[in-house]
Amino acid sequence: MSSDQPHHAPAQDAATLQRTWSDPPGLVGWFSAINHKTISLRFMITTFGFFLAGGVLALLMRLQLARPDSRLVSPDLYNQLFTMHGSTMMFLFAVPVMQAVAMYLVPLMIGARSVAFPRMNAFAYWIFTFGGLMLYGAFFLDIGPDVGWFAYAPLSGPQFSPGKRVDFWAQMITFTELAALMEAVILITTILKMRAPGMSLNRMPLFVWTMLVTSFMVLFAMPAVMLASTALITDRLVGTHFYNPAEGGDVVLWQHLFWFFGHPEVYLIFIPPLGFISSIIATFARRPVVAYPAMVLALIATAFFAFGLWVHHMFAANLPELGKTFFTAASLVIAIPTAIQIFCWIATLWSGHIAWRTPLLFVLAFFVILLLGGLTGLMLASVSLDTQLHDTFFVVAHLHYVLLGGAVFPLFGAFYYWFPKFTGRMLDERLGRWNFWLFFIGFNVAFFPMHLLGLEGMPRRIYTYPKALDWGALNLTATVGALTIGVSVLLFIVNVLRSRRHGRLAGDDPWQAGTLEWSVASPPPAGNFEQVPVVHGRYPLWLPPGTPDRVTGLTSEHREVLITSVVDAAPDHRLWLPSSSPWPFLCAVAVTILFIGSIFTPWAMVWAAVPVAATATVWFWPKRHMTAVRSASEVPT
Amino acid sequence: MKRAMCAACAALLAGVAALAGCYREQRPVKAPPAAAGVSQPSFAASAGQPAVNRYEENAYAVSQGKTYYRAYNCNGCHAAGGGDSGPPLMDERWRYGADPASIFTTIRQGRPNGMPAFGERIPEDQIWQLVAYVRSMSGQLRPDVAPARGDTLTPGKPESRRKPQPVKAEAPPQER
Amino acid sequence: MAATLLRYLAGIAGGCCAGTVLAGAPGQNALRAAGIQAEHIGWLWNLTLGLCALVFAAVVGAFLLALWRAPKDGAGRPPDLASLTRPERGIHRAVAWATGTCVVLLLLLLGADVVTSRALANLPLRNAVDIELIGHQWWWEARYRHADTSRNFTTANELHIPVGRPVVITLASNDVIHSLWIPNLQGKRDLIPGRTTLLRLRADRAGVYRGQCAEFCGLQHALMALEVTAEPDAAYEAWAGHQRQPAPPPDSDTARRGQQVFLGGACMMCHTIQGTSAQGRLGPDLTHLAGRRTLAAGTLPNNRGYLSGWIADPHALKEGVNMPANQLPPDDLHALVSYLETLK
Repeated sequence: MSSDQPHHAPAQDAATLQRTWSDPPGLVGWFSAINHKTISLRFMITTFGFFLAGGVLALLMRLQLARPDSRLVSPDLYNQLFTMHGSTMMFLFAVPVMQAVAMYLVPLMIGARSVAFPRMNAFAYWIFTFGGLMLYGAFFLDIGPDVGWFAYAPLSGPQFSPGKRVDFWAQMITFTELAALMEAVILITTILKMRAPGMSLNRMPLFVWTMLVTSFMVLFAMPAVMLASTALITDRLVGTHFYNPAEGGDVVLWQHLFWFFGHPEVYLIFIPPLGFISSIIATFARRPVVAYPAMVLALIATAFFAFGLWVHHMFAANLPELGKTFFTAASLVIAIPTAIQIFCWIATLWSGHIAWRTPLLFVLAFFVILLLGGLTGLMLASVSLDTQLHDTFFVVAHLHYVLLGGAVFPLFGAFYYWFPKFTGRMLDERLGRWNFWLFFIGFNVAFFPMHLLGLEGMPRRIYTYPKALDWGALNLTATVGALTIGVSVLLFIVNVLRSRRHGRLAGDDPWQAGTLEWSVASPPPAGNFEQVPVVHGRYPLWLPPGTPDRVTGLTSEHREVLITSVVDAAPDHRLWLPSSSPWPFLCAVAVTILFIGSIFTPWAMVWAAVPVAATATVWFWPKRHMTAVRSASEVPT
Repeated sequence: MKRAMCAACAALLAGVAALAGCYREQRPVKAPPAAAGVSQPSFAASAGQPAVNRYEENAYAVSQGKTYYRAYNCNGCHAAGGGDSGPPLMDERWRYGADPASIFTTIRQGRPNGMPAFGERIPEDQIWQLVAYVRSMSGQLRPDVAPARGDTLTPGKPESRRKPQPVKAEAPPQER
Repeated sequence: MAATLLRYLAGIAGGCCAGTVLAGAPGQNALRAAGIQAEHIGWLWNLTLGLCALVFAAVVGAFLLALWRAPKDGAGRPPDLASLTRPERGIHRAVAWATGTCVVLLLLLLGADVVTSRALANLPLRNAVDIELIGHQWWWEARYRHADTSRNFTTANELHIPVGRPVVITLASNDVIHSLWIPNLQGKRDLIPGRTTLLRLRADRAGVYRGQCAEFCGLQHALMALEVTAEPDAAYEAWAGHQRQPAPPPDSDTARRGQQVFLGGACMMCHTIQGTSAQGRLGPDLTHLAGRRTLAAGTLPNNRGYLSGWIADPHALKEGVNMPANQLPPDDLHALVSYLETLK
């Protein structure tokens, strides 16, 4: 790794690099793609498609609730609507989209050519997509689940939910949690082992920290829901008694297992956008974010505390009072690291020079919306107050304030910010501002009245309400707001479609930002960096170039990456990543058949395991030719 | 490429549809209109053919049947299918016929040797749901329609895991 | 923009308040406490709302101030990297102070919560009314219990409680998880199959209060309400005494014919009318049906028209209930409803 090589590789080398890292063309090539950017874009588009579907479901719900005693939608359909809306947004949109965006940006931000396990990345995408399609297929055939996204036993159990509706829901969990776990493993490995030399942990961008922390949370949280849903599946399919009190089971067990996952889940959704915010505020306030160590520790503290809150979803159940008060304390304490982050960001804005652009607008909305949602969360944290507010529209308001304010608004900001990097063109600023203001106003008009509705006695998950209770005006207002949100999302889609073809060309670094993804072309070449950079500080693009500045000696002929050490990112060894292959896709198809088959019979686990084993074997089988080439490239000892 | 993806999606949906069976999941909540005073099997196939109980393809209906089985105290005489003072319902022996129409008549009109007539007490629609459930007790129904375990004390396998019992006609005992 | 929003909200809030003071309409509003438990929670709500509003104003204020005073010349400007080499002590101190203030306020909230929890738990229970409430899909069975079991009685969907006396409600479920919530009187408590839970409340103001199931329990979760009438103790005792009485024998030919229809058909399989041979336990107890304000778990007015419609086809009004349609000849239906109207 010498420092006297030219900064830019000759054109022939760049072309070789592009060829090496590109996926093959054609139909077979489409199914064989494993480049992290390709998979990530597909992932983002798929999750956004689910977001739109979930939004349409929400609009239908709001149309039903706009008037009292409405019969626009039947009770059965309404129950399916809110179950599908919640399941879509939580399982098929909110967590996967964050992982998808991370999958694109993290290698670019840490100076890596790829993610750690590109084929597994592709497999995870297919598994996720098939799971989501299965759920929607079931919904369109009137086999959609209708027990809520949380599916409390015994309502979701075999006696009170006959048929296969809940089984499709429970199996969707299996699909999506498997995908999420795999993505988490990929992200952790990539972040810890593939950072560019010199990017020690304390020089990592804050967004990469959020993804590291989130991925560790995924590893601990997802197994709980897989366990819960698997126990539900076996209760329903083969007659186990996990949730049957008459035979020694316990219905509250479901709640504990589900919420042990469910509470960290919302932090899985909330923490990556904290990274978006840090990135965007740093760029548009033209200074590094204040107090980097405090920000990192706040992230870790949030992730840690998030696992100690789950009982606050169960305050109405008969758990011991002292135990519940512990969870009140924990739910209040978790506000502190978030408060530290908010104060640091405000300090960054205070002491910076602001560039007013659409990405910043969306991020600024966080400070109003998430703040209000967090404060209503403190209200819900108190056991006594929660007994009035639990399971009412107050909670609906709270959760949408924190999830949209804390995640969706920053996510839209991230799209506006990184769209130039993904596509090479800028999104239109004027449409962006219309998008933003319609979204902001529509959101508040839709969800603020729901606080009042909850206090006035309106419970959740009801398909209608009587005229005499006078909730009609507020509900109608909320519906108008929801429709406004719909219009604003349409504007976003228009902006994206138009800008893809006619947007202003972006160049490498339209925002003059500081992190490594802006040092490559927009969109990046297949191998990301023509030469892997060496990092000398946080915000490497803002610092003067250091010495050494690039890594040399990595071949362009094969998919070679540099593996570095965990803490200090000192170079350790070179690794060859696998080539593009259709076998992850085929294995995902086999696994899908196994999962869907096991909804109907336990024998599917046996018989469908055969194609799974076969496809996985072909996937992993090493190619003799490649092994020979690899051995030949080793330095002889 | 987009076309390829659309084709893949369509194929997948078709596969899901093949596995699905929409009627199984329908929640028939309204009783079909029955002519007042005239008793005939609901959902019968065309005249002349043996009556088919369409509730046997609907999971919700069979589950309702199971609810009524306990609610109307059938288990007082038949236990959970093993029989008590009344004959077992989950075995292969049938005294008065194992087809839906016969079981319907059994419940509605009663039988000698102690089966009461419930026709005045239980609406027809509910009787058909009970018929579907009774047949599931001996494994006659498809496993994806038959009920799984209840939230109760559970003696033996849930109905959806029972092997279908062949039907053996048994002569009813002599009336005393 | 914030000012416009506030004005708009004040308008809505005003509209809501006006609406809920309709004469005769039962309340279902957590902000209008009619009992001591709801009052405790209301006190905590006011405190929390005040604190949170202060914090919101302070943080949003700081945020808007930061945006206002920071120069807007960021576009194209080279970044300010001073913080990478020199620590920003002033800023760190400000963040630390703000965080410390938050910690203090959070402790205050925690303390207030503990105080409220203890107040709720310390409701004096002398001379309490004892009710066992069993949740069904989708109605409420209420068994009033007494040390002298001959004074027990069962009713459904409508409770009467005495003003000023504590009520201890034991909660159980017949099927899935439900939740009892009477916002004017107390917070909610789940009814969990396989467990018994407890709710203690006391009404301190007479009135009719509406409650609703607050845990999603299936198809008709939305139509599972109950009414609680809080009345002076004497009126309550009179009501309870009357509830203990069996149904009077029918006094007219039509009513007698109606009783025949009831006892000769499917009705008696599920419903109880004390004083007759109808002792079914699957549906609500109808012994004093005519004394109730509502039908179908607090969702339909109790009058002849709705009662006839409900009996003929409950699924047209509340799809999916366990009660079947009853295709009765019109004369029989008329007689049956006349009989049921005698069950005061």
